[in-house]
Amino acid sequence: MVAGMTEKEPRVLVLFAHPALRKSRCNRRLLAAARGVAGVTVRDLYEEYSDFMIDVPREQELLRAHDVIVFQHPFYWYSCPAILKEWMDLVLEHGFAYGESGRALHGKHLVSAITTGGAAESYRSEGMNVFTVRQMLAPFEQTARLCGMKYLPPFLVQGTFTMKPDLLEEHAHDYSRLLVELRDEKIDADAVRGLPNLNGFQGGAGI
Amino acid sequence: MTGIMPVMLAAAEVDHFLRPAFFYLLAAVISVPLAKRLGLGSVLGYLIAGACLGPAVLNLVGDAKNVMHFAEFGVVMMLFLVGLEVKPGVLWKLRGPIFGLGGCQVLVTGMVLALLGVWMGWPWQQSVAAGFILSMSSTAIVLQTMGEKGQMHTAGGQASFAVLLFQDLAVIPLLALLPLLAAPGAGAEVTREGFGAFPVYAQVLLRLGAVLSVVVAGRYLLRPAFRIIAHSGIRELFTASALLLVIGTALLMEAVGLSAALGTFLAGVVLAESEFRHELESNIEPFKGLLLGIFFMSVGAGIDFALIRFQPVQIVLITIGVVVVKLGVLHAIGRAFRYPRPARDLVSFYLAQVGEFAFVLLNVAEQGRILPPDKVGPLTAVTALSMALTPLVLLIHDRLAASKCNKTAEPDREADEIDEKHNPVIIAGYGRVGHIVGRLMNMQGVRCTVIDLDADQVDLFRKLGTKIFYGDASREDLLHAAGAAEAKLFVLAIDDEPKSLEIVDSVRRHYPNLHILARASGRIHAYDLLKRGVHDIWRETLDSSLEMGIAAMRRLGFPAYEARRAARVFRAHDEATVHELADLWGDEPKYIAAVRQRIEILNRAVEADRATLAMPADDAWDTESLTREARGEPA
Repeated sequence: MVAGMTEKEPRVLVLFAHPALRKSRCNRRLLAAARGVAGVTVRDLYEEYSDFMIDVPREQELLRAHDVIVFQHPFYWYSCPAILKEWMDLVLEHGFAYGESGRALHGKHLVSAITTGGAAESYRSEGMNVFTVRQMLAPFEQTARLCGMKYLPPFLVQGTFTMKPDLLEEHAHDYSRLLVELRDEKIDADAVRGLPNLNGFQGGAGI
Repeated sequence: MTGIMPVMLAAAEVDHFLRPAFFYLLAAVISVPLAKRLGLGSVLGYLIAGACLGPAVLNLVGDAKNVMHFAEFGVVMMLFLVGLEVKPGVLWKLRGPIFGLGGCQVLVTGMVLALLGVWMGWPWQQSVAAGFILSMSSTAIVLQTMGEKGQMHTAGGQASFAVLLFQDLAVIPLLALLPLLAAPGAGAEVTREGFGAFPVYAQVLLRLGAVLSVVVAGRYLLRPAFRIIAHSGIRELFTASALLLVIGTALLMEAVGLSAALGTFLAGVVLAESEFRHELESNIEPFKGLLLGIFFMSVGAGIDFALIRFQPVQIVLITIGVVVVKLGVLHAIGRAFRYPRPARDLVSFYLAQVGEFAFVLLNVAEQGRILPPDKVGPLTAVTALSMALTPLVLLIHDRLAASKCNKTAEPDREADEIDEKHNPVIIAGYGRVGHIVGRLMNMQGVRCTVIDLDADQVDLFRKLGTKIFYGDASREDLLHAAGAAEAKLFVLAIDDEPKSLEIVDSVRRHYPNLHILARASGRIHAYDLLKRGVHDIWRETLDSSLEMGIAAMRRLGFPAYEARRAARVFRAHDEATVHELADLWGDEPKYIAAVRQRIEILNRAVEADRATLAMPADDAWDTESLTREARGEPA
């Protein structure tokens, strides 16, 4: 915990989605890491809205109150689990998130923190998944752009099927550090734009 | 009460029964809460109260011996209750500790104490008799205290129980063997009357027959009988038959020369798996508590302070010697049987006193001229004194255990015995609502303790293999028997509104940490529940009514998902109004008739609906504004 941080309003909002968290060792660990960082608000969407009745005004209010939005989820069919899509469909309303009068999210940052079962090597043109994760995240990137947000490269934890506990610990540690840097405005969106991911990236001075 | 009741009681009745009863009860009411407040436990409170009543101090109750004989029946009832907690399978698992640990305890303690007697210059026959008599421990004190402290289910508690059970068994051969120790030439007459007049093989057969009849009757006769009694719906009839069962079993066992306590214990074990277990428990419990209390007081009153004053050093030394020997021997045996340290400590400290059976055996020994009166007197005093010292010995144990915990910082936690008592969920009411909850829990492997007041319902679900108990869940003793102290959730699913509120009051008073999920029949009931601080409420018909509303919308051509979302939005709004209106509820003058109340409630709900109509309904996925913007129309 950085001294003085606890006094301020939280800046980072992690929107977490996993429909069967009890079965996912990696997401449990990463979620715990996120919850351990001061100044980060964590929302478990399947826990909040088990009936998919998303409270739109409440979610919009949370978006307004934070500067960095993180979508944390497993990579289901090269995209997010259903509830996060539902959340996007309902919360990112015209007139709020986009459109002439929709400027609520302007200037905020969006980051995806994603786990994939398959290894990183399979996500390239020669691999079985052909596209990189970054490429397949195009809909999210464009969503961010339409909402006037700055889209950062994703944070990736890949090869979870066979991941050793030590490596998972390393990733969890990496993830908390990333959240701290996002919180403390240590990452310059323009400088990192071209990177395939944010793993192991050490932020420099403020944005 | 009109003229039928005699206004004056006969003077003899007052003297023989009411006056001592008054003083016993008064002493208990004053001293037990005081002792508990001081952290000494109820047993010491009773003993002190008894000592105050006795001839040495106030001399208010006359001869305590008769009272003690009567009150000993409390021990019999306690063993019945213990039996109800012990399923046959558990008993079978305990056979090792019973005969191993228990057998060794009686043999070794008896012999060491006998050697001590010989060393003190007593004839060896008297030493052996005294040694084995003093090897008995007090079932009453130990089980009562363990129950109060919740230690029955620990490894140490189970071991203590096994030893006590063996001691109860050992009383029978001891009674038979004591006459053999009569000093030669003392001319002890072995009287052969009644049961003793039968030849040995007939005695054995009769005893076997008695035990067998308890088992068979418990299995096949009692359950249908209890079912009929429960159907009658008369509470006191159930109490009467429970008492009848215990007293009848005790009489039968006494008649064939077996221990009444053992017999009722067996009856309890046989009934441990019946649906009436909890109800039987809660019916016998108050009698047991009262009788045991009187028993402890009579022990206190029976302490011969004159004798102690006459030879204080001798009696105190013998008492300390006996307690130390019993404690040391049990500790060593526990080590030999590889019990972990905390269990060993618990058993040896708990069982270090001499028990109530010693009074009986000392009596027999005196009559059979095995022990002379000038030894029986001090030994009786030693027995009573060692019982009175037990709470202090246990205080030492608790201190030791606490300091050890602090030192190692490693909790000396022992494994719990898995039992019906430790189910995380208690369901009260297993009708239309409760059984759905129970089945859902079952499917997820969550074990539930179920209580229902409807004998038919209990029958039906037992036939289907559900563990369900008959009883009234508003009674604290029944809640306790169902494990409310350990449970996490209390599902209140009965349909009787006043009863439901009664249960809520009882649960919140006795188990404030037990979380309640409640079924509400309607708004008024929901308001009453909310007022009592129960926030997790389900109005029983709300969800099915909403489903019906959805079906109606579908019939009218609404798309399925839209209809469902509309119902969900309505539900959220309706739940919110219930919580809002509950705060206003209760300000009404009490005399508003029930019908008017209902109209008033509906009126308010409808008003709340109107207020919401002004708000935008479900506008999810609404792209109207986007369309307008694309067409260049004003927003």
